Amino acid sequence: MKILVCISHVPDTTSKINFAEGDTKFDTTGVQYVINPNDEFGLTRAMWFKEKQGASVTVVNVGGPETEPTLRKALAIGADSAIRVNAAAEDGFAVAQELAKVAQDGAYDLVIAGRESIDYNGGMVPGMIAGLTGANFINNCIGLDIDGTSVTAIREIDGGKETSTTSLPLVIGGQKGIVEESDLRIPNMRGIMMARKKPLTLVEPAANAAKTASTKFEKPAAKGAVKLVDAGNIDELVNLLHNEAKVI
Amino acid sequence: MSVLVYTESDNGSFKKIAFEVASYAKAVANQLGTTVTAVTVNTTDAASLGKYGVDKVLQVSNDSLNNFNAKSYANVIAEAAKQENAQVIIVSSSADSKYLSPLLAVNLDAGFASNVVEVPVSTAPFTVKRTAFTNKAFNLTSFSSDIKVIGLSNNAFGLVESEGAATAEAFAPALPESNVTITSVDKATDKVSIADAEVVVSGGRGLKGPENWGMVEELAEVLGAATACSKPVSDLGWRPHSEHVGQTGKPVASNLYIAIGISGAIQHLAGINASKVKVVINTDPEAPFFKAADYGVVGDAFEVVPQLIEKLKEFKAQNA
Ligand SMILES: Cc1cc2nc3c(=O)[nH]c(=O)nc-3n(C[C@H](O)[C@H](O)[C@H](O)COP(=O)(O)OP(=O)(O)OC[C@H]3O[C@@H](n4cnc5c(N)ncnc54)[C@H](O)[C@@H]3O)c2cc1C
Ligand SMILES: Nc1ncnc2c1ncn2[C@@H]1O[C@H](COP(=O)(O)O)[C@@H](O)[C@H]1O
Repeated sequence: MKILVCISHVPDTTSKINFAEGDTKFDTTGVQYVINPNDEFGLTRAMWFKEKQGASVTVVNVGGPETEPTLRKALAIGADSAIRVNAAAEDGFAVAQELAKVAQDGAYDLVIAGRESIDYNGGMVPGMIAGLTGANFINNCIGLDIDGTSVTAIREIDGGKETSTTSLPLVIGGQKGIVEESDLRIPNMRGIMMARKKPLTLVEPAANAAKTASTKFEKPAAKGAVKLVDAGNIDELVNLLHNEAKVI
Repeated sequence: MSVLVYTESDNGSFKKIAFEVASYAKAVANQLGTTVTAVTVNTTDAASLGKYGVDKVLQVSNDSLNNFNAKSYANVIAEAAKQENAQVIIVSSSADSKYLSPLLAVNLDAGFASNVVEVPVSTAPFTVKRTAFTNKAFNLTSFSSDIKVIGLSNNAFGLVESEGAATAEAFAPALPESNVTITSVDKATDKVSIADAEVVVSGGRGLKGPENWGMVEELAEVLGAATACSKPVSDLGWRPHSEHVGQTGKPVASNLYIAIGISGAIQHLAGINASKVKVVINTDPEAPFFKAADYGVVGDAFEVVPQLIEKLKEFKAQNA
């Protein structure tokens, strides 16, 4: 089985979010980048398939040269090879178009992407890859078993979960649950050394298919101070929630 | 040219978010000087959409659509868009709508903006405001495509009633073959889901262990709320994964969010910040959550929560 894991390169979850150039650009000063958490869960599941069932694992990112350390980290975790499509990730459609092309050119059986990236939060790339390649698609995937080309997948739905059967080729939007938090791997020294020798292929983008553009960022309005209620006076809390906040 | 809205249902009745996306579609249609067409699957009460500004309802009735299927549903909406020559298509942010929207966008060669929080800030160029960086910021996104798919953030717009009535029409588009077959659905039908909830009651590691969740559930029951938890609580297996909220869990955009024994780490707050009113109960007055909350009680959850349950019961009895 050939697995392609899409890796989004995102600011670490603790990053302070600031903007530059008249609030038109994300300010990268002092920001640490990581593998998008949903993709890390997916990559770990891909490693499980590689080790338990036999599979090759390629990681891919659409982005500039600055994303290569993130791809190297994925190689250090255990992916066999990496591809970087040399284009700025402008909009979900354009990114999906590039990834769909990589998926088709490489005839991958399984494309694992994340449910959403924690920066843009578009939640659109995996579904668009499926739409563009015609592969089957399971979003919010929290369980995935593959036997030959038969697939059993579990999807998180509002208020529960749903099990379905489908077949390869398949695209999933993965998240925590596809593996557990405790299954995640921290790259060790040997992995890091080996990652340096693994192939990282540069691919030039096809025509830009962007359909949207980010024009400006805004920060949420500053919040007023918290109103404290005495622990011995919970009546007051009920009163405030009813009469002031009007939420009960 | 009307605005098309997909109005979701559960067992034949519209979900509340269906009325919310309809209300929003009406506001967008007013901006564009046009009408609203809704498309629904296996519902009977199409007229109820009229109250939220829908002019025409395309009703699809097909037993093969009883289970949600992203590809088929995306196709139904795409065909409706083609028939109506719709340029703007509105969907909610439910798990199902988020599943189908990217397929819909590809089908129509349309741009897609998710997590939109307001009516478009301009219609030429067509520009919407959406959340980004998991609610740490907003982003203005302009479309260059003719057709635009907008995913409205849940609870961002609310329900707005309008005058008028909706006419219903049967609609029977051809369906593509689907290769995804649902074999089982495991859904707590007696519980409010986090996505639909107006009130969410959430517990953190401060509650010490799963055996202490009885009071969280009781509080949720009194409020008609969904229950949620912080990430370590689900990682420890105290609560199911589906309750994990935050930057890497489910987003919460409820009217009221009550956090019990949760410190308020940046990753937690990022996922729940879109809630309108936040209440924190924590023993530690220095807990970061107090900076993000509207109301706070510095106190022991094991004393405060039972009192809160009692007081809410009294309040309910008086206001019943
Ligand atoms: C990549 C990444 C992603 C993450 N994503 C998420 C996410 O999506 N969601 C999330 O929640 N976290 C996330 N986290 C974890 C986050 O950083 C915090 O560790 C977590 O939110 C803390 O959970 P907590 O508040 O329940 O526990 P703690 O931080 O241990 O806080 C417990 C709180 O309970 C209070 N307390 C103790 N006893 C009582 C009592 N008797 N009554 C009242 N209060 C009491 C304490 O004062 C304390 O403030 C993520 C972390 C990382 C690194
Ligand atoms: N620039 C990118 N390069 C590679 N994969 C990406 C990129 N952007 C998004 N993805 C994948 O698509 C998922 C969802 O991203 P998004 O649609 O931006 O929320 C991510 O978790 C990644 O798996």
